[in-house]
Amino acid sequence: MHEFAPLSATVGGLLIGFAATILWLVNGRTAGISNIVGAIYPLRPGETLWRFLFLAGLPAGAWLGFVIAPSVLPGVPATLPAVSLTTPWLIGAGLLVGTGTRIGRGCTSGHGICGLSRLSVRSFAAVATFMATAALTVFIERHVL
Amino acid sequence: MTRRSIGYLGAAGLSGIIFGAGLSAARMTDPQKIWNFLDFAAIPHGGWDPSLAFVMAGGIAVAFFGLRLDRWLRLPAPLAGPAFIKTHRAKVDLPLILGAAIFGVGWGLSGFCPGPAIADLGLVPQNALLFVVAMVIGSWIAGRILDRAERLAAPATASAVAAPAQ
Repeated sequence: MHEFAPLSATVGGLLIGFAATILWLVNGRTAGISNIVGAIYPLRPGETLWRFLFLAGLPAGAWLGFVIAPSVLPGVPATLPAVSLTTPWLIGAGLLVGTGTRIGRGCTSGHGICGLSRLSVRSFAAVATFMATAALTVFIERHVL
Repeated sequence: MTRRSIGYLGAAGLSGIIFGAGLSAARMTDPQKIWNFLDFAAIPHGGWDPSLAFVMAGGIAVAFFGLRLDRWLRLPAPLAGPAFIKTHRAKVDLPLILGAAIFGVGWGLSGFCPGPAIADLGLVPQNALLFVVAMVIGSWIAGRILDRAERLAAPATASAVAAPAQ
């Protein structure tokens, strides 16, 4: 069910790259989710509505992908993602992700896709760092505790 | 509303939809999939799932060219926007590394990074909503702390750095 699916992963990645290209060429904006979220407030004319529409597109697109992808791509399960985390765990992790992406000015999309595409040294450093601490966290959870 | 602003807002929404569809098709909306990538200790046993690396490679393969097209085509401005807006920061500094480190811990604990968490509002809202609300609060608090720190550090340039980067 959670096996490696190279084709759907690559197709998904291509779609993400295409989405980042549209936002850059049409809007002149970088598709960094954490920065799009972070600058939604305070509300400013010309700076809020496009962010809201982009972010509203994410769950809408995810639903479309959930409905369409299993029938056109091999290895995509037709089941909903199983999230098995307790409430305090979700809140604690959410606070860490929100705080960290704001201080580090980017996440997996802004630094990981767009920054690396631009060959940004800052983004290479950020990606190496968050990959390392994330892998360490999973290692401790799965193999130490 | 002008035709230009309809194009601007429409492109933002369309980009979000395609982005979300990509995340969902690649199953990045499933925290289990993220954990199975981050679990590098599973490589020797054959239980490792490299999907996330393929997603990033696919994204970069397109964005590498897409984010350069403005220069290659010598576009003076975006097709429907006022200007190409990019961060002016170049140096690797402490906030970058510290922030990325904190983010990584939260990502490892939950299997959620910002994009998939928001995308999951359309699939498993009851779980994703808690995470997203906490994430927005965390970002807001950190933003206030950063603003204050920057104002203290460089009062003269405070207005120049107040704009969010990237």
